[in-house]
Amino acid sequence: MPGEKNSYLSGTGLTKVFRSGRQKTVAVDHVHFDFHEGEVISIVGESGSGKTTLAKMLLGLLKPTGGEVYFQGKKRDIGTRKKKKEYWKSIQAIFQDPFSAYNIFHKIDAVLLDCINMRGGRHLPHAKRVELMTEACGFVNLKFEELTNKYPFELSGGQQQRLMIARVFLLKPKILLADEPTSMIDACSRATILDMLMQLRNEIGMTIVFITHDIGLAYSVSDVVYIMEHGRFVESGSADEVILHPKETYTRRLIADVPKIHEVWDLSTV
Amino acid sequence: MSKVMLEVRELTTKYITRFRENVYAVDHVSLKVEEGKSLGISGESGCGKSTLALSLMGYYFAPLHYTSGEIIIDGRNITGMDPDDIRKSILGTEISYIPQSAMNALNPTQKVIHFIEDVFQAHDRCKTKKEIHEFAKEAFETLGLPAEVLQRYPVELSGGMKQRTVIAVSVVLSPRVLIADEPSSALDVTSQKMVIKMLKSLMGSGFIKSMIFITHELPLLYNVTDDIMVMYAGQIVEKGTAKEVVLDPLHPYAKGLMGSIIVPEKGLRDVKLTAIPGVPPNLKKPPSGCRFAERCKYARTECKVISVPLHDAGPGRAYRCILSEKELREAYQHAR
Repeated sequence: MPGEKNSYLSGTGLTKVFRSGRQKTVAVDHVHFDFHEGEVISIVGESGSGKTTLAKMLLGLLKPTGGEVYFQGKKRDIGTRKKKKEYWKSIQAIFQDPFSAYNIFHKIDAVLLDCINMRGGRHLPHAKRVELMTEACGFVNLKFEELTNKYPFELSGGQQQRLMIARVFLLKPKILLADEPTSMIDACSRATILDMLMQLRNEIGMTIVFITHDIGLAYSVSDVVYIMEHGRFVESGSADEVILHPKETYTRRLIADVPKIHEVWDLSTV
Repeated sequence: MSKVMLEVRELTTKYITRFRENVYAVDHVSLKVEEGKSLGISGESGCGKSTLALSLMGYYFAPLHYTSGEIIIDGRNITGMDPDDIRKSILGTEISYIPQSAMNALNPTQKVIHFIEDVFQAHDRCKTKKEIHEFAKEAFETLGLPAEVLQRYPVELSGGMKQRTVIAVSVVLSPRVLIADEPSSALDVTSQKMVIKMLKSLMGSGFIKSMIFITHELPLLYNVTDDIMVMYAGQIVEKGTAKEVVLDPLHPYAKGLMGSIIVPEKGLRDVKLTAIPGVPPNLKKPPSGCRFAERCKYARTECKVISVPLHDAGPGRAYRCILSEKELREAYQHAR
C-alpha cells in the first residue's frame, strides 16, 4: 500500500461510474492494487470487465469517480496540463489497434521526433537526433533509412506495433501500460513483440502492466496476475499461483476458455 | 471412403497490380475436403490464406484473377462458370464464406431478420415472409441463438453475438462447404469458445457438410479441425492431420510456427517463445528456389536454387522441403 518502499503505482478504492441519463454503469468498482518496480503485471478479464477503463484512469485520460491513485508513494496530482505532461514522461501506453494509434498526417520521423523533444532533445543537433531515431528503430528490428519520409499507414500491423515500441524506447518511461498490444497481429509477430517488450524491460528497468483477455499470454509473460470480473479484482497473486492453482470459478472459466494442446479443451462449458 | 465435398486441383490465382505486375498469391494449391470433415489453414499474415479462401469460391473480381486449376464441389466442376451463375447458384447454397471481421458487415439500419429475408430472395427461394420468419426462428433455435435476436438491430448485439448471427445467416441455405476466415480473431476467449462451439455443432445438425477454417492460432486449429494445411508465400508447405502437424511438424516453417504457441499449461513459462526472423518474400518476384530458404535455420546452399515439390510422407501427409523426414527430425533433435 502507499508509502511502501518500492511501490510504484498503487490505488485504493478506485471507482469509475458512467452515467447516461438515469442509467448507471459501474465500470470499475473499488479496486485496490499495488504495482512494484520492475514487475510485469497482467490484468486479465473478459470484454466489458473494465480493464481498459482502469487503464485509462491510470493514464490520466479519464477522471476517477472515486478513490485515489498513488504514484511513487505520493498522491498523484495531474490537475494542470503541465503536471499531466510531466506525469506522461513516466507513464506511457501501447494500445490494441496500431492502425488507429497514429496521426495519419504525420510522417514516422515526426512521430519519433516528438518523443525526442518530449525527453528534452529539442536543442540537439539534427545528426544526433537521427542517430537516436536509428538506434530506437534498430532496437525493434526496423531500418530507419527505410522508414524515414514514410507514413505509418504504409507499414504492416506488426511493424506499426514495433514502431510503438521504438517510441517507448526513446521515451524510457517508468511504467508502460500495454492494452492488448498483440490481439490484432498474427501469432508469429506476437512472439516478436513480446520478446521486444521483455528486452526493453531489462534494458531500462521498466514496470509493464499488460492488459489482456488471453490468460495464456498473461501466464507466459507476467510475474503478477490480477483477474478482473465486472469491475472488481476477484483474484490476484503470482502467475504460477493464480493460473496453475486457481481459486475462483471465474478464473477457472477463463483458463478453460483458452484452447489447449496437451490438455482436453472442453467445449461443453459455455 | 466418404464423399468428397470440395476438391481443388492445382489452383493458381493472381493479383494484377496497377503497374501490371502479376502477384501469384495462390500457387498450385490442391486440397480435398470430405463430407463431415474440416480442414484448417494456417500461416503468417500475407501468406495467401485469405486469397485462397476467396479463390475457392470461383468468384473472381479485379484485382484477383483466375489463372489455372480446377474447383469441384460435390462432383460439379465450377471452373469457368459465368460469375452471375456462380453468384446465383453456388454462393450461399453450395459454398458459403464468412470473411474476416464479417460482423462489421451487418447493415446497422436493418434488423437481423432482414438479412435472412435478403438471402432467400437473392436465391429465388420465394417464400412468404411468414414462412421465412418461421424458418429463421427454427434455425436460430437449433443453432443455440435466442429467437428474439431476429428482431434486433446489429448495434444491440455484443461482438460475439454479432459474429454468431453472421454465421447463422451464412448457413441458412445449408451450403455444402463453409469457409470461415478468422471467425474468432476479434473476440475475447469466452465469445471465441461460443463461436467455435457453434461451428462444430453446425456440422452435427446438418447445416453444413464440411468446413474450411482459416486462422493463425494453432492451438485453436488443433482443437477444431481434423486436418491442417500450412501455407507459406502462396504455396502449401505442409499438410497432415491436426495431431501430426502440431505435435510433429516436418517443414521448418511449420516447426517455427509452433515456437510461438501460447497456452496456459504447466511448463509454458520455461519455454522461450521464438519467432521466425524476417518477413515472407515479396510475391511480385518470388525467390527461385525454396521460398522459405531466406529465413530457414536449416537451409543449405542448394535450397536457394532448386524449387522444391511437395513430397509425400504417408497417407494425407506431405511437406515441401529438400531434406528427408529423417534429416529434418534429426535437425530438430539437435536444435533442442
